[in-house]
Amino acid sequence: MANSYYDPADLRKFGSITEWSEELGNKFFDYYGKVFEEGALSAREKSLIALAVAHVVKCPYCIDAYTKDGLQRGITKEEMMEAVHAGAAIESGATLVHGVQMMNKYNKLSM
Amino acid sequence: MGQSILSDIKKAAKKSLKARENELANTTKQLDILNGGLFADGELPFFKDKIAQIGHFPLKPKTLEILQINVGYMCNQVCEHCHVDAGPDRKEIMTRETMEQCLEVIRNTGAHTLDLTGGAPEMNPDFRWFVEEASKAGIQDFIVRSNLTIIRANKKYHDLPEFFKKHNVHVISSMPHYTRGKTDKQRGDGVFDKSIQALQELNAVGYGMPDSNLRLDLVYNPSGAFLPGDQAAMERDFKKALKEDFDIEFHNLFAITNLPISRFLDYLIASDNYEDYMYALVEAYNPAAVENVMCTNTISVSWDGWLYDCDFNQMLDLKVASKVKHIKDYNEDLLNDREIVISQHCYGCTAGAGSSCQGTVA
Repeated sequence: MANSYYDPADLRKFGSITEWSEELGNKFFDYYGKVFEEGALSAREKSLIALAVAHVVKCPYCIDAYTKDGLQRGITKEEMMEAVHAGAAIESGATLVHGVQMMNKYNKLSM
Repeated sequence: MGQSILSDIKKAAKKSLKARENELANTTKQLDILNGGLFADGELPFFKDKIAQIGHFPLKPKTLEILQINVGYMCNQVCEHCHVDAGPDRKEIMTRETMEQCLEVIRNTGAHTLDLTGGAPEMNPDFRWFVEEASKAGIQDFIVRSNLTIIRANKKYHDLPEFFKKHNVHVISSMPHYTRGKTDKQRGDGVFDKSIQALQELNAVGYGMPDSNLRLDLVYNPSGAFLPGDQAAMERDFKKALKEDFDIEFHNLFAITNLPISRFLDYLIASDNYEDYMYALVEAYNPAAVENVMCTNTISVSWDGWLYDCDFNQMLDLKVASKVKHIKDYNEDLLNDREIVISQHCYGCTAGAGSSCQGTVA
């Protein structure tokens, strides 16, 4: 057993999750593949969304995968970093908007 | 992975592996790496076994369509990924005598395409004479692979666009990205600006314009340890950016996968990307690409007249497995009966949509 929770080599074993639950695993990978096809959004745009979300959910596998995916699509590092900031802004905004709850509670409790 | 190791490579990369006496200049060493490690340990399947599963081993040629001639390894650039290990220090140059032997073949071949490559083919002192003679043979598609910067490298090359036009040459040029940073990182400082200028000059004489018969195609290959993305999508992005930013037009973009040989192999190993890259190639293996892999319709000729299944095998010194091994003994029927020589680098041509000197194949 590896003495670390994350091993970069595990990413290429992702497909093996179907071995313990074939139907659900296959349904997931079919869905996943379909999501990232060209659609109303381009595959390129979806790759950048995936990269931003990868950072927000702090998934090291996804960050590796979508950095590489972006490179393959010719996405520039400036575009990638802006996508990460978009994710980070929403994440910090989600924290900060709770400040309103704090203010409401503060005001309610205060004379 | 140490950035310092990579910066050492970049400094050293001003010279070819050969000039640096790097151990990877030895093709036996490269083949040991490609046949050993992950493959010898059974972690990844040998290419031979993979194509045997679909009944394609031994791999056999189909009709010969493309005669690709490498007129020398000398180049004005020293690109980090170069599978030829080309550069200003390479002295291997095709002689006029070998060119005469090639012309004899060009006049009689059944191939519809003649593809001149290098190095920078224009640096061969007999290049213009060879083009003039070869263009008289009536080949349907006459390609010269030009690195673009050569056109701006020296006054004596400034008229190349006109020269190409005069002989109705189909120009195929490398352009790793439509941004300066990525291009210069792979190919050297200043390459982007010179390439842009050269493309504008080619456009000015009619190359690459939407309705022009003067064909100008670009080659994209990834600037790092990753595979090329979808060729059509990349072409759209390149066309949009080059048009908007520089008013440049071109016809098609060919996305080519970097094969793990020569300087690119050196880069993969030094940057600790070799194993992941080989996994990526094998995972992306596409049986449909095997059907049209370029060695099935191409013969590659080296500067000294030896024959190979492709330019990559040439750089690995894997000559054709045929009684006929040299241009002076050329016999198309005998050659077409050969078995194609393969190794693990061949996964580079069967990954994803496939890869060839003419772009995707599947």
